[in-house]
Amino acid sequence: MASLWFWIVAVMVTAYAVLDGFDLGAGAIYLIAAKEPFERRKILRAIGPVWDGNEVWLLAAGGTLYFAFPRLYASSFSGFYLPLMMVLWLLILRAIGIEFGAHIEGVVWQEFFDVMFSISSILLALFFGVALGNVVRGVPLDSSGYFFEPLWTNFKLGAQTGILDWYTVLIGAVSLVTLTAHGSYYVALKTDGDLGRRARGFALLCWPVQFFLTCSSLVATFFIRPGILTNYEEHVAGMLVPIVVFASLGLMLWANPSGREKLAFAASSLYIVGMLVGAAFALYPAVLPARDRQYDLTIYNTAAGSHGLTVGFIWWTLGAALAVAYFAFLYRMFRGKVELGEGHY
Amino acid sequence: MDSALLVHRLHFAFTATFHYLFPQLTMGLALLIVALKTIGLRRNDPLYHESARFWGKIFGINFVLGVVTGIPMEFQFGTNWSQFSHFAGGVIGQTLAMEGMFAFFLESTFLGLFLYGEKRLTPRAHWLSAVAVFVGSWLSGYFIIATDAFMQHPTGYFLAADGTVQLSSFWAFVLNPWAGWQYAHNMSGAAITGAFVMAAVGAFYLLSGQWTEHARIFVKAGVIAGCVFSILQLYPTGDGQGRLVANLQPVTLAAMEGLFQGQPNAPLVLVGQPNEKEGKIDNPLVVPGLLSMLTYKRWNAHVQGLDAFPKQNWPGNIPLLYYSYHIMVGLGTIFIAVMLVAVFMLWRGWLFHTKWMLWILLLSAPFPYIANTAGWMTAELGRQPWLVYGLMRTETGYSKAVSAGNGMFTLLGFMGIYTVLSILFLFLLRREIEIGPVAEVNPRVSAEAR
Repeated sequence: MASLWFWIVAVMVTAYAVLDGFDLGAGAIYLIAAKEPFERRKILRAIGPVWDGNEVWLLAAGGTLYFAFPRLYASSFSGFYLPLMMVLWLLILRAIGIEFGAHIEGVVWQEFFDVMFSISSILLALFFGVALGNVVRGVPLDSSGYFFEPLWTNFKLGAQTGILDWYTVLIGAVSLVTLTAHGSYYVALKTDGDLGRRARGFALLCWPVQFFLTCSSLVATFFIRPGILTNYEEHVAGMLVPIVVFASLGLMLWANPSGREKLAFAASSLYIVGMLVGAAFALYPAVLPARDRQYDLTIYNTAAGSHGLTVGFIWWTLGAALAVAYFAFLYRMFRGKVELGEGHY
Repeated sequence: MDSALLVHRLHFAFTATFHYLFPQLTMGLALLIVALKTIGLRRNDPLYHESARFWGKIFGINFVLGVVTGIPMEFQFGTNWSQFSHFAGGVIGQTLAMEGMFAFFLESTFLGLFLYGEKRLTPRAHWLSAVAVFVGSWLSGYFIIATDAFMQHPTGYFLAADGTVQLSSFWAFVLNPWAGWQYAHNMSGAAITGAFVMAAVGAFYLLSGQWTEHARIFVKAGVIAGCVFSILQLYPTGDGQGRLVANLQPVTLAAMEGLFQGQPNAPLVLVGQPNEKEGKIDNPLVVPGLLSMLTYKRWNAHVQGLDAFPKQNWPGNIPLLYYSYHIMVGLGTIFIAVMLVAVFMLWRGWLFHTKWMLWILLLSAPFPYIANTAGWMTAELGRQPWLVYGLMRTETGYSKAVSAGNGMFTLLGFMGIYTVLSILFLFLLRREIEIGPVAEVNPRVSAEAR
């Protein structure tokens, strides 16, 4: 049962990354790709009806993590206290930037909210990667099952690590470039004219960086966590993951210049799925590895009681089916290229 | 008191209090918007549709602030109250996760459709999206109340071998008797906030001679809903909630009422200052026997006082609890009086022309916020010294890993950001009211044309 919940949470986090990832990425290219005010409005219209729903995946994944692995939630959230608080503040600023800019006239105010939206999007994309890097690298858990990480120590991977070190910053960079590309593919898909063209060009520029950083992050991960391949050695099916990752990279490179916008966006989504599922597969059954591996938090020592997990599976299945149905309906209603001139924004 | 404990308590209390300023209006307005949309659809009256659209915009602004201040609440269970989360997550994680799965997805999806999709949807589908937003926001309220109900009166759990609580019966947990009354009382309180705000905006327009046709709808809807829910707030929901406290948290009842010595024919204190040192109420104004009557429906019933309980189980801050409770009850009584007068004047056809009453309606708007806040303070201060009633004391629940200094740093950060949010909210609210229900035409011109 605990294994099942491990994969459910992994799938929810992946759904969050794919969905909110594109609106974070759209925020990241917002200031540069959209030159005219009407182009900026187009980007906002493209994400306006969906960004909040996308962000709910973060909340729902958090809630599910809390319910299925309460001890993990307690330990990781208090240990990552400072960066999580900053993530919260950035989420606040970003929502304000998206939703309230349109309500206030004036060129300067518009610029103010635009910059707030874009910078908070960039920082969030970076932070989420750093967070993933921290989990993969492991944290200074001790026998109490708790830890507290300062923002940085000496940027090396000693016993007392900080949130930021060379490895987590590298993973943060992978996340930033991946989501920037992802957002560019989305903007290209949802808009036309110069804006769509610029977004495609942006994605093309991202590609070599993304390819290079993907390879370096994989090498770096083998280097800092030599045991990371254990699961892959035991289950040959795991080898599908790197195949998916590199195939989707190839697909992006082919689909984007040839104007297949949907395919390019799908390939980018597939890439994110591959990377995150690959990381989850490598970690399993650990959910938060310790620097000293004997203190690892795993699905076995953090899961909630089995009755709760069984009951939860019933309502979770129902809730997830409803959520998927709402999303299918919502995205269908707002399908196609964005047209300005209706509703606000 | 351990300073880290104090900081973590303040951290949660401040962010929760500020957060709840927004959902109470969200939930109240969601109900009223459904009512406006329903009437608009039935009578095919554009005034009602315009009114619904106007309140939809205010709802949207308010909703965003509810969302962004709500995310920190879920996080803080882990960041600031990790020992508690480890202890109780196996049970209360259920409702918190269900809130995301069943309420937030519904709400966020259909709010997008409601705000951006009116032209793409049929009128009936647009109405349905308003209903979905209403259902989502009220469901969300239930999951939070059920979570709080577990902390007030734990049900459906067992103590596991590792010292944590785990779920034993899903239905006993979700249908906690405490949650039933508390939910009804709380939602009625939210509806009061929505009704008072709607009436106040209508009164503002009437007083300033703008948008008078819309304004009459706002005042009428606000006053009728305000009257109904103010009465429901007292009876049966307030009464039911009070009896739950009397039966399940008798020490809390004694502290709320300032009853230091248990007695038959117990008096109800209307005003007076609790004097904890001497164990009495200073300068009291009391109604003899009324507390016995309200609690047990008998004038001479014995009500337990604080003296019946060991001092270590008394709520930690008795004066604050006592005042919160009395402010809530006092304001609730005033709401009933104001709304009864307003409904009477509406029935006689005087209300829209009576300036002093419109002024009262306008100036009343902040008070439901105070009453709702005081009500939550009563519930949560009354739960002290327990974090989970009878199972975990508050001083054992916070995050040991997070120092007082770090907690203070982020508390100050939230205070700063939330100050900015408040200013922004009031600014945007004023702007929407200035623009008025029909954005295309200049409100002053159209008011004259009518």
